[in-house]
Order: sequence, then C-alpha cells, then structure tokens
Amino acid sequence: MEALAFSDVTLELGGRAILSRVSFAIEEGEFVGLLGPNGAGKTTLLRALLGLVPATTGNIRVFAGPPGAADASLGYMPQTRSSSVGSRLSGWDFVACAANGQRFGLPILDKALRFDVDRAIALVDAADLSRRPLIELSGGERQRLLLAQALLGKPRLLLLDEPLISLDLHHQKSIVSLVSELNRELKLTVLFSAHEINPLIGVIDRVLYLGNRQAAIGTAEEVITSPVLSRLYGTEIDVVRVQGRVFVMAGAYEIERDEHRHDV
Amino acid sequence: MSIVTMFEYDFMVNAFEAATIVAVAASLVGYFLVLRGQTFAGHALSHVGFAGATGAVLAGVSPLLGLLVATVLAGAGMGFLGERFQHRDVAIGIVLAMSLGCGLLFLHFFTAYATQATALLFGNVLGVDAPTVLALLALGILIIAALAFISRPLLFATLQPELAEAKGVSLRRLSMLFLVIVALATAASVQIVGILLVFTLMVAPAAAAQRVTIKLWPGLLLSVGLALVEAWLGLTLAYYSDWPTSFWITAIGAAIYMLALSISRQKHVSEYRHEHHHHDEDQVWRPAMTGSREPKRLSARGEEITARARPISSSSHEH
Ligand SMILES: Nc1ncnc2c1ncn2[C@@H]1O[C@H](COP(=O)(O)OP(=O)(O)OP(=O)(O)O)[C@@H](O)[C@H]1O
Ligand SMILES: [Mg+2]
Repeated sequence: MEALAFSDVTLELGGRAILSRVSFAIEEGEFVGLLGPNGAGKTTLLRALLGLVPATTGNIRVFAGPPGAADASLGYMPQTRSSSVGSRLSGWDFVACAANGQRFGLPILDKALRFDVDRAIALVDAADLSRRPLIELSGGERQRLLLAQALLGKPRLLLLDEPLISLDLHHQKSIVSLVSELNRELKLTVLFSAHEINPLIGVIDRVLYLGNRQAAIGTAEEVITSPVLSRLYGTEIDVVRVQGRVFVMAGAYEIERDEHRHDV
Repeated sequence: MSIVTMFEYDFMVNAFEAATIVAVAASLVGYFLVLRGQTFAGHALSHVGFAGATGAVLAGVSPLLGLLVATVLAGAGMGFLGERFQHRDVAIGIVLAMSLGCGLLFLHFFTAYATQATALLFGNVLGVDAPTVLALLALGILIIAALAFISRPLLFATLQPELAEAKGVSLRRLSMLFLVIVALATAASVQIVGILLVFTLMVAPAAAAQRVTIKLWPGLLLSVGLALVEAWLGLTLAYYSDWPTSFWITAIGAAIYMLALSISRQKHVSEYRHEHHHHDEDQVWRPAMTGSREPKRLSARGEEITARARPISSSSHEH
C-alpha cells in the first residue's frame, strides 16, 4: 500500500513555485532519503505532507487521505530548532510536552503517556539527557530528544527534517542505524531529509532528490547520476563513486558534502 | 506586638486577601511568561494599562475598567502581530514609553489626581476595600481557569512551535489567548504593586523557581510559593516598618531571585561533578531496541547494524 503520494503537485510559497507539477509515491515500509541543495524545498515538501502548505495544483495523499487527516500516525522532526534553546525545563518535560500536547487542559500525563515518553527516550538512549535542563544540552544532544519526540504515539510514518545536522560522524551513524532499525522492526515508513547521500548509502531503499522545482525518485544508483542531477541542479554535474562513497561535483568543486567531516 | 494585632485591622485583612489572590494568579501566569521569553512584552502591557487607566479617569469612568480594556486590547494585538513582534524589543519599548507619555498627558489635565497616579504607578494594597477583594477573587479565578484550560497546548507551542503547528495547534490564537490572560493578571497585579512594579510579582518568583527546579509541576508550585512569601512577608514588614509595601515586595522579589541564582550555581557545580563521572558512557550511546513493551537497550543488534553500515559510509573518514 502507498504511504504517501504526490500527483502533479505544485507547492508555492509567497507566490513563488518551490515544486512544480511533481509526482511520486512512497510505499509503506520504505526508507527514503530526501535530498537536494539548500532551498530546494525539502522542508516545504515535508510541511505539505503535514497539511501546512497547500498544493496549488494536483493532490497529495497520506495514507490514502488528505494531508493533515492522519496526524496521529505521523511523527515529525522539524528543522528549525532554535525556539526552546533557552528553556530551563528538563529534557523529559521537553519530550513530554509533545505527548498529546494539542489537547486543551492541564499538562498532566496519564500512566500510559508517561510510559510512552519513557519508551521514546529509551529508544534514542537519552535517559541521561532527559534529566538535564534543555539550555545545557548541545545541539546534537537536543537532536536526540527531538527524535524521541517524533517517536511518541507510535507513528507509522516518520518525517525527519535534517536529523543529521550538527552531529558528529559517530552520532550521525547512530541516528541512521537507529532510524533504519525502527524502519525494519516497526515497519515504519521513513522520509529522511539530508544534505548528503553518503551517511544514508546502504540503509535507504530509495532517494527522492529535489532541485530546480523538480523531483527524481529511485534507487541511489538510478538517481545519483550525472544526467539526472544535471537536470535537477540546472548545471553540468559529475558523479564520482569511490569505494562505495559518492561525490557530487560541479566542475572541480564538490557540491554535496558532509559538513562535519573535519570535526571528527 | 504580636502578629495577631495586624489582623485586627480590616485594611490589613483585605490587603492580605487581595495579595494572596494576586500572588497565586500572577506567579502561575508568570511561569509561562518566563518560559516563553516574553517578560518584556508583559512589562510593556502594564504600561499600556497606565494610559488606559488615566484615560479612563479623564473620561470619567473607573480607572480599573480603563486599565483592563487597554491591557486586554494590547495583549490581543501583540498576540496577533505574532512571535516576531513579541521579540522585537525596540518596537515594544517604544510602545511602552509612548503609553507612559500618554498617561502623563492625561494626568496633566487632572492635576487633582496626583495621589491616584501614585497609587496606579506604585500600588496601594493597604487601600484595597472589600468589594475590590471580591472583584480580584473573580478575576483571579478567571485567570487561573483560563490558564489551566490552555496550559497544555501552550506548553507545547512554547517548547516546540513547529511540531505543535503540525499537530493542529493554532499558534497565533494561542498566543493571543495567553497575552489576554497576561493582561488580566497585569490588571490584577496593579492593584497590589502598581504598574511600574508588576514585574516583581509576575516574573521574579517564576524566574527564581525555574532556576531552582527543572521540572514543570514542582516549578509551578514553587513559583506560587515564592510569590506568596513575597506578598505576605512584604505586607508584614510594611506593617511593622511603616515603609511602603511595594518597596518590600520588590526587595524580597529581588532577594529571592538572587538566592535562587546562587542555589542553581551551587547545584550546577555538584551536578557537573556527577555528570563528568558518567561522561564516557554518555558519549558512546547506542540505539536501543524497539518493539518490546519494556524499554530496554539492545547493544548486540545495534552493534551489528553499525558494523554493517561502517565499511560503506565511512571508508574515507578513517584517518
Ligand atoms: N515564507 C516564505 N515565502 C517565500 N519563500 C519562502 C518562504 N519560506 C521559504 N521560502 C523559500 O522556499 C524555498 C524552499 O525552502 P525550504 O526550506 O523548503 O528548502 P530546503 O530544501 O528545506 O532547504 P535547506 O536545505 O536549507 O533546509 C527556499 O528558496 C526559501 O527561500
Ligand atoms: Mg530545510
């Protein structure tokens, strides 16, 4: 069954087309990497799946319904994460605020919800972090709590917006293998946006590559090729494969690269 | 002189009742105000109230009514303008200054109201009469009930706005509702400490509580407790010293905040030692198992997956 489908979809922000007449479908249980240069529309596409950006042409289906209708089965990790940086609340309270947080009333969790929060925190192995104030956590540590938040309520579809940003190599691998495990063990469908393909090679089923208001979907071998990427970037692109790693080059300049390689 | 003699006076009983109601309501609202980083916006709301109250006097209606209308409208307006405006300190500061200026102009036409102006600016809790206590009680119940109703999505929207929005929370509507509640709490606080000193009752106890505990409910309760200490101790000291109540309340508020700062610093040092001890373990975290009901770790499988992914994704990273 299809987890989500775009057919002939145009997405516009401020009157500008971000994606233009794009069609693709993702099957249930697939782990798909969402790639593309800055501003290609990765975040916009994910927000459209949540029902926050309307399609101006065509239609979007999420679990056979309109976007926004299946909110409970969606886990979302947003890209903008600056808002709560200064909060003195504990990591646990931070994760817990998202547990049925949209309901009116007091922020009191029943036993089942508290268990769910503990479960999600244990899944990302953040029990230690959950006892510390948010303000003291590093970007990568906060990221793990955000992933825990996305796992609350046992979602069927995970929309992760740049979960690898500001993580060192070790933590990148841990996140990727955790998500891959969730994908296989719990049959979760995953749409995982990233700047670079390499951390995802070998674990993702397919790649959804955005650029130039268009999209290409397929296996990494099919999509990360010179003709496809040249079309998406609108310029001549070379793809070099060395020992299983992929380098996307425009002339002599590598345009898709791991920002944290030198931090290790 | 025993503490009992203090309560032989009706005005002291009224003052204690009024201060208690306002301390509870203001400190709860203040907790969220601090959490949202909107304390300056809250501060400005009370100044808009000054223009409203003095304008009301000029128009011949009750200053409390003018105060309420002005702060509520300003709160709703600020909420409508959205996050960006609420963190624009210069714009808010200009509104704040202009409100005080307008208030001054209104007073200029009514020089006879000089004492009333002082009461508005610095509070006059000892002048609170029984009907005002009842009005404050009604206002306090309204504030607490409304805050309780929106507190869960408010917390969500405060800590995780993008996710809250994705789950159907209307950020703008919530922001407007909250700032209207802040406006009501401001109007109530003005009766005790006046427009210029609302900050001390609304922000000081909440900020101190958040320094001492990182847990939500203990923080809320501590915030209320500290506000009560501030109000009660302030009134008692004012009674025995004959200095203005508002002075004592602000002084105690500042003392509480500084005490909280030093406690949190001390705690930090001891916690740091503790954390440091576990640091190695913390660095090497591994994905945990899913599926089973008990949350437990699965290092063996996690290992296997990492091992499988390693040769492909990290060959060029090995130095
Ligand atoms: N409110 C807005 N009005 C107009 N244009 C916008 C708005 N928000 C974003 N955009 C534009 O939409 C385009 C797509 O943005 P989006 O955030 O989806 O890109 P992205 O692929 O997620 O980029 P990144 O890799 O930087 O996260 C960008 O060019 C951006 O400038
Ligand atoms: Mg993005």
